[in-house]
Amino acid sequence: MQQHTGPTTAVIPPTIAGGSGGPGHDPADPTSTNPLHRLTPAQIESIGLAFQEIHDEVHADLGARDTRYIRNLVVFERRLAAVSRAVLMASRYPPAWLIGTLGLSAAKVIENMELGHNILHGQWDWMNDPQIHSSTWDWDNVSTAAGWKHSHNVIHHTYTNIIGKDKDVGYEVMRVSPKQKWEPRFIAQPVVNLILMAFFEWGVALHDLDFEAIEKGTKDPKVLKAELRAIGRKARKQMVKDYILFPALSGRYWKRTLAANFTANIVRNVWANAVIFCGHFPDQAYTFTEDEVAGETRGAWYVRQLLGAVNIEGSDTFHLMSGNLSYQIEHHLFPDMPSSRYKEIAPRVKAICEEYGLPYNTGPFLKQWLMVQRTIMRLAFPGGGEREKAPPYVAPPEVEPEPLVVSGVNGPIPAFP
Amino acid sequence: MPNTIEQGARPTSGPRWRRALGLARSLTTPLRPDDYLALLDARWSDRELVGTVSRVIDETPSARTIVVEPSAPWPGHRPGQYLRLGVELNGVRHWRAYSITSDPGHPAGQVSITVQRVEGGLVSPYLTEQCQPGDRLFLGDVDGNFCLPDGPAPGSMLMITAGCGITPVMSMLRELERRDALLDIVHVHVSQKASGFIFAGMLRALSDADNGYHLIERHSAEQGRLHHGELDTLVPDWRTRTTYLSGPSLMMAEFEQYWADQGDSALLNTEQFQPYIGLGHDGGSEGGHIGFRVSGLEAEAESGVSILVAGERVGAQLPHGCRMGICHSCIGRLQSGQVRDLRTGEVHGEAGQAVRTCVNAPVGNIEIEL
Repeated sequence: MQQHTGPTTAVIPPTIAGGSGGPGHDPADPTSTNPLHRLTPAQIESIGLAFQEIHDEVHADLGARDTRYIRNLVVFERRLAAVSRAVLMASRYPPAWLIGTLGLSAAKVIENMELGHNILHGQWDWMNDPQIHSSTWDWDNVSTAAGWKHSHNVIHHTYTNIIGKDKDVGYEVMRVSPKQKWEPRFIAQPVVNLILMAFFEWGVALHDLDFEAIEKGTKDPKVLKAELRAIGRKARKQMVKDYILFPALSGRYWKRTLAANFTANIVRNVWANAVIFCGHFPDQAYTFTEDEVAGETRGAWYVRQLLGAVNIEGSDTFHLMSGNLSYQIEHHLFPDMPSSRYKEIAPRVKAICEEYGLPYNTGPFLKQWLMVQRTIMRLAFPGGGEREKAPPYVAPPEVEPEPLVVSGVNGPIPAFP
Repeated sequence: MPNTIEQGARPTSGPRWRRALGLARSLTTPLRPDDYLALLDARWSDRELVGTVSRVIDETPSARTIVVEPSAPWPGHRPGQYLRLGVELNGVRHWRAYSITSDPGHPAGQVSITVQRVEGGLVSPYLTEQCQPGDRLFLGDVDGNFCLPDGPAPGSMLMITAGCGITPVMSMLRELERRDALLDIVHVHVSQKASGFIFAGMLRALSDADNGYHLIERHSAEQGRLHHGELDTLVPDWRTRTTYLSGPSLMMAEFEQYWADQGDSALLNTEQFQPYIGLGHDGGSEGGHIGFRVSGLEAEAESGVSILVAGERVGAQLPHGCRMGICHSCIGRLQSGQVRDLRTGEVHGEAGQAVRTCVNAPVGNIEIEL
C-alpha cells in the first residue's frame, strides 16, 4: 500500500469484443457526449503517454525543495495547534475563544487535508523519511490510517466514478449521479447530507468498512469486528483528548473549551465535506458504467480520471486549506505526486486538454458547492438527467498588459526616468 | 501492519521520562508529546536516534573517519559490529551499513565510523567529501556477529584484513588496548599502497611499542596480493590462533577454504558485512517478469537483477532500506511465482510470503503486492 500511480482496471472483465484498445462505446448511452467515446485508441494512448511524461518528469525532479515544504508545513501545523490549544485555556474570554477556535479549526483542516490525506497517499514516501511516510503516519481522524488507505487509495482512486465500483460516489448513502438507480431510501438524502456534512469523519470511517460487503455477507465478521474495534479505539482517544482532557485543563470554564473543540471538529468536517464533494459531484464531472471502462488501457484510465474530477478556483491559501484537492484533476491523474506540485503542472494538463479537445472541469467554490447541493436535492427523487458538461478547454487569449498612460506624458512611463 | 520503512534506533530514555510521555500522549494523540517538544529543540524528539557530526578525520585520500555525537546515550555495541547509518541527500534519506571503528567505552560517548569512498557511489562520496561537523545523521540499529567474544579475549589472535576491511578490526583493537588485553596479536594488513592504509599511523605506533601487537604490512601494488600459502612463513602458528578475517569477498572465500583444508575452521571468524549479491551458487541464467500489483507497473528482470532494481528501472517507487537483505524495509507480499535469493541461490516462494525485494530476483513470472 505504498503508492499507486493508477493501475489499469484489469480486474473488470472486458465485456465488449476486442475492447482492449479503448473503452467500450454504447450508442444507446445518453451520455455518449462523453469525450472518451470519440477519441481513437491511438489518441488515447498518446494522451496517456503525455500524462505519464509529466508524472515522470516531476518525480525525477523531487528533492530538497519539496522536503523543505512539507517539513515546514508539519511544523507550522503543530505550532498552530499548540498555540490554539494554549489560547483556549483562557476560553472564558470571548476573544480568546474565537481566536483559539479559529486557529484549532485551521490546524485540524491542514492536518487532515494537506498533511494527512496527502501523506497517507504516499505522496512523500520518496523521501524515505520514517516521520513523514504513508506506512507510519496517523491522523487526527476517526478513520484508521490502514482502513482509509484501502477504501480511498485503492478503491476510490482505481475505480474513480465508475458506478457500482467507486464507493465514494454518494458514499453508498446518497444518490449523486443519475446513473445510480433510485431507491426509496434516497428520499431522506437532503437530511442525510446535512448529517454527513457535520460528522463527515464518522461517515468516512464507517464507509471504510464496506457496507455492501457487510450486507451481502461477504465480509469476514472477524475482520469487521477488528476494524470496528480499531475505529472505536481511535474515536475514544480523540474524544478523550478533545472533550475531556483539554476542557479539564481550562478548569471552571471547561464547557467553553469543550464547545470550542467541538466547533473545530465540526468546522473541519463541513469544510472537508464541501471540498471533497466539489471534487467529483458538480455537474461537469462524468461518471462511468462498468461496460464503458471494460478492458480499459492506461491511457483511458488517465482520460477517465480527467473527466471524473473537478477543480475549484481559488487563492494559494484556499488551495492549501483544501489540501490542494482544489487541484482534484491533477490529484486524480497523479495521486502519488506531492500536492505542492499540482499548481506547477496545471498549465501542462490544460495544454493536453486543449490539444485533444477535452474539458478541464473547474469553477469557483460557491458555484460548485451550490451545484452539488442542487444535485443532491434533485436526485433524492426518481429520474433526473445528466446536466450540461463543460466544453473542450480553450486557453484564454493572452491579454497584452495595457501600457499605463498618464495624460500629459507621451507613451508609457519609463520604469526608471 | 508492520512499518515498511527503515527507521533510526529508538533512543533509550529513563523509565520516568517514558511514563511522563505516556501520560501526556493522551493530549497529543495521534502524535506523541515529543513531536511537539521537538518544535522547540529537535534533540528532544524521542522518535529516532540522531547523531551530530562532531569531527571528521581524513585517514587516506579516499577514506574518512566521522565522529558522531548521539542525541541520546549510546546504547552500546560490540567491537566489530556495524551501524546502519541514515544520510539525507537532496531531501531523500539513504541507509547504508558501516563498521563502527570506535570502541564501546569511548569516554565522551561518541561513536565513529570510517568510510571508504566508492567511485560512482552516492552516500560514500558525501561522507568522504562533503560531510562537515554539525551535520545530522540518523543512527539505526547496530548488528553483526563479527566481533570479539564476551568475556576474556582469546589468548593468541591473528587479524587478516585488506583495504577497508580493517574498519571492524580497528574497533576490536581499540577495545583490547583499553582493556589492556593486547596479549599476543599478529595483524596482517593488505593495502594497495602505503598511502591507502587506513589507520596506518596509529597501528604502526602500536606495533612499535611492542607490547603484544605486531603489524605485518603488505602493499599489493608492489608486492602482489597476499597468497594463503604465505601464512606459513608470515605467521607460522596461524593454525592455533583465533583469527579474524575481513576483506574483499574473493579473498575471504580463498582463506576460508584454506582454513577448512589446513586449519581449524572453528577458530576462524569472518566478516559477513558485505553479502555477496551475485547469482547465487547455481548461477542460473534465468530472470523473469514482475507484476507490481499495487502500482500496476510491469518490469522485466534479467538474470541476477533484484525485484527492487527491476522495479526502480520502470519508475516504481518501492520501499527500501539497506538494499542488502538486512533491514526488512523492502518487503513485499508475493502473490504468485517463485524467487531466487541472490545471496544463497536458493529458490523459494509461495503465495502470501513476504519477500525482501532487494535480495530476491524473480524466477519466471511473479506477482508482488507493491
